[in-house]
Formats: sequence, structure tokens, C-alpha cells
Amino acid sequence: MKRPSGDTALAKIIVVTSGKGGVGKTTSSAAIGTGIALKGFKTVIIDFDVGLRNLDLIMGCERRVVYDFVNVINKEATLTQALIKDKRTKDLFILPASQTRDKDALTQEGVQGVLEELAKDFDYIICDSPAGIEKGAQMALYFADAAIVVTNPEVSSVRDSDRILGILQSKSRRAEEGKEPIEEHLLLTRYHPERVALGEMLSVSDVEDILAIPLLGVIPESEAVLKASNQGTPVILDTESAAGLAYMDAVDRLMGEERPLRFLDVQKKGFFKRLLGG
Amino acid sequence: MTDLGFQLKGSVVTTVLLEIQTLSLESILSQLKEKIDQVPHFFNQAPIIVDLSKIKEDVPLASFESLVNSLNHLGLCVIGWRCNQDDKPTWYADVVTPLLPASKTRSINVPEPVTTSVSPDVVVKTVVEERLVPQSTKVITKPIRSGQQVYAEGDLIILTQVSAGAEVLADGNIHVYGALRGRALAGVKGDVEARIFCKSMEAELVSIAGNFMLTDALQKIIWKEAAQVLLVDDSLEIIPL
Repeated sequence: MKRPSGDTALAKIIVVTSGKGGVGKTTSSAAIGTGIALKGFKTVIIDFDVGLRNLDLIMGCERRVVYDFVNVINKEATLTQALIKDKRTKDLFILPASQTRDKDALTQEGVQGVLEELAKDFDYIICDSPAGIEKGAQMALYFADAAIVVTNPEVSSVRDSDRILGILQSKSRRAEEGKEPIEEHLLLTRYHPERVALGEMLSVSDVEDILAIPLLGVIPESEAVLKASNQGTPVILDTESAAGLAYMDAVDRLMGEERPLRFLDVQKKGFFKRLLGG
Repeated sequence: MTDLGFQLKGSVVTTVLLEIQTLSLESILSQLKEKIDQVPHFFNQAPIIVDLSKIKEDVPLASFESLVNSLNHLGLCVIGWRCNQDDKPTWYADVVTPLLPASKTRSINVPEPVTTSVSPDVVVKTVVEERLVPQSTKVITKPIRSGQQVYAEGDLIILTQVSAGAEVLADGNIHVYGALRGRALAGVKGDVEARIFCKSMEAELVSIAGNFMLTDALQKIIWKEAAQVLLVDDSLEIIPL
């Protein structure tokens, strides 16, 4: 398959970020990384959450972690030793974070070195950012070409996303070098059409209005996400679930395809369903 | 933003010009001392420029130097001197005090002192030079996000939105061609004529020359509609556009 940038030696670096914690960054990184790999692109997902490693659990490879991202930065291990090949999806690799270190272990030169080496082999590099706007998050976004800003439909998450958008446009390498700005995508997760209808949650258009960036996808709140996390399977592989299908739509849009938004409407319960409390 | 540790700028400063009418140092000093004693604060450490252009005869270097020394001794600060551009004294390059170019502004022509009268030999004139320095307008095309701050020395034009938690400031007017959800402060250096214009008023705070209004008050007047903010007799007026 053709390389995404059209350029043979350059992988596309995508940061999955949000500012706020618990909105679904790691779930989204795992799902989107898997989705891109399913399309035949060689993809690596890097966990930047040093000290709070989670990606390995979501990907179900926690028992196979020997070396990690910090080991590679410190040249205690080679990339080949640290990369974990996903068992389910071809062309997908995971670079886990170190659980015993903190974010200071990430140096700009170190991260750059690892990314440059990965860029030789991979088409897509997904950086799973930690929460916050401090060093870890800034390291994850610094070298990015594109950003997926994961937001929940509630005011504090939206404001934090707004903040991280400001940092993307001012503190990234592209901003510092005056290059074309990082391409921004809004991914709305944990969307609850019923609660939106009741006015308890912001609607898609409310969030779009506040953040003013293109919408990549809306992932409905779904039990399948929790189930998938606990099983260590990216939810995108669950093609029965609305969340899995919505992530696949988002990956298609990321690749430039047109997909209508779905799962935004309140599911009308039929008479019997209501009667039976279904 | 540049990483330069300084900025070079042109500036207009008001100083006192001491136009010398006579070479009699003694009379200059005694009369000047009298003036100073009337308003000592005004002259204390005041920058002063010595103007020799009204003196027809040659000014000896020694006279000039003792004049400068005496003026400094009186508590003034001689920051430069001037003379006729075409008739510079021979020693003009030898003194430490900078020679300033002749004034281009029209100074009020004071009639030559009549030698027979008792009119003062020294006339202290204040020449204020005013130049219009055009303040550049800053134009922002990207959204101002939460946590960002933008300041313009002149007017500030924002073509998109100002997010909640962002702050925009200008010495002049602020135009927001989108929703204003953050804080906007116009006329921050005290310009009471400054105004704020926005396409949708949803601000956390608007301020003109230090007079401000918060969301709660704004919501009662105009909300989520095009509005302008101006100062009328020390109170903010929010009117629809």
C-alpha cells in the first residue's frame, strides 16, 4: 500500500490527546491504531504515559512487556527488543511506557531519536498522550503531524481540549519551525444521545461550535468499550458494537473517506421493549 | 514572538529647551535660579537642551562648557545642545554633550528682547515635538484558545473566535469576527475612546480603560448577539450592532 505522506521515508505521526484525563485517549489510540493497521498500513502505537502505563492492558499485551520506551530512549534496549507485535492484527506494534519511571525520563532528543528510527519502518506512528498539559503531554504532541483531540460532551472536557488545541498550535515543532500547522481532528467520545436530548450533555454541534475544528467521529457511550478494555481487545474489533463501528468510521474519515455520522439519535424504544424494560 | 531580548523603538520625549540670548553666564544663571526656585520640582533633574541658535557672535568653547557645568550644578541634566546648522562653532565636534539636529517644528517666535528694557535676558521655552506614530493593527486568523493571551499595541482584529479562558488585550480597539467567549480588554493604557466589537457576545469579561463588566451583567443586556462595548461617562455601555 501507498505510504500516507506520499513520501517514502516519512511516517505520519498522530498524537491522541485531550488535556483532561479519563476521556478515552488510550481506548481511542488502541482502536484507531488497530483500525489503521487493519487497512494494511504498518502502524505503531507508543504509550507516552510514563509511570501510568495502560495501553498494554487495553491491547492485551501486558504479559509480554520486557523492555519499554524509556529503555529505548536510554539506549538500554533496541527498538526491535522493545516493540511488541500485536497477536491479532497484522502490521500493528506497541511500544509500551515504563511503569517505574516518571515523565522526566522523556527527553526531546530521546523521543526524536526513537520517532526517527520508527519512521524508517512504519507508515503511521500513534502517540498516546498522558493527561494534562505538562511535559509528558507536550512530548507526545511535539513532533506530531496530526492530532486527534478526544473530548467528552461536557464543559470541563471541552475547555481542556480547547487548551490543548492552543498548545498544539504554539508549542509543537511545526509551530516553532513555522511549518504548516498540525492538522486537528475532533473525536467526541462517550456520547449519550438520550442525555443530550435531556439537555444534560452538550450536543455534537455545541462542541463543534466551541472548538471550531473538523469532526472526525462521534463514539457513543457503550458497554462494549468497558468490556473490550477488560478483555484487552481494542473495541474496534467488536464489529457488533456501535462503538466499534463508530471507531471504524472515524478511521475511514481519517483516511479521507466520506462517512455519514451515525449513532447520534435517541434509540426509539418500542412498546414491548419499554414494557419489558429493555 | 521573537526571542530578542530587547526592542528598538523610536520615541518622542518632551524636554525643556534653554534658548540662550546672551553670553553673560552670570545673568543667565542668576535669572534661571530665580525661575527654578519658583517651581523647583519641575526643574529637578529635568532633561534640558541648550540652544545657541539665537546667539549671533561666536561662542567660545570655554563659555559653553562652563554653561553646561553650571546648569548641571543647578540640578538640571543637559542632554544635548543645538546651534545654527550652517554656523556651527569650530569646536562642535570636541564636546561630549551631543549635538542635536535643529528643530523642525515651528517654535513660537518670541520677540527679540529689547536691549534697553529690563526684560529678562533668558527665555525658557518648552517646545513640545509631536509626531504621529501609526500604531500597527494586529490581525489574528486562528482561534484564540483557552489559556492563550494576545496583546496588540494598536488595534486587535481577530477573524475567528476567542475561547473561554483566553484573554485578548489591546491599547486600541478589539474586533472579534466570531464568538467572544473569553476576556477582552480594550484601551488597556487608558484610552477611554477604545471599543470592543464582536459578532457574538459571550464574554467572561469586557473592559475598556479599566472599567469592566462580567458575564452575569452582560447576560442581562446582550447575549450571543453582535454587540459593541464603549465607555460613556465612565460607565460601560453594551449596545447591539
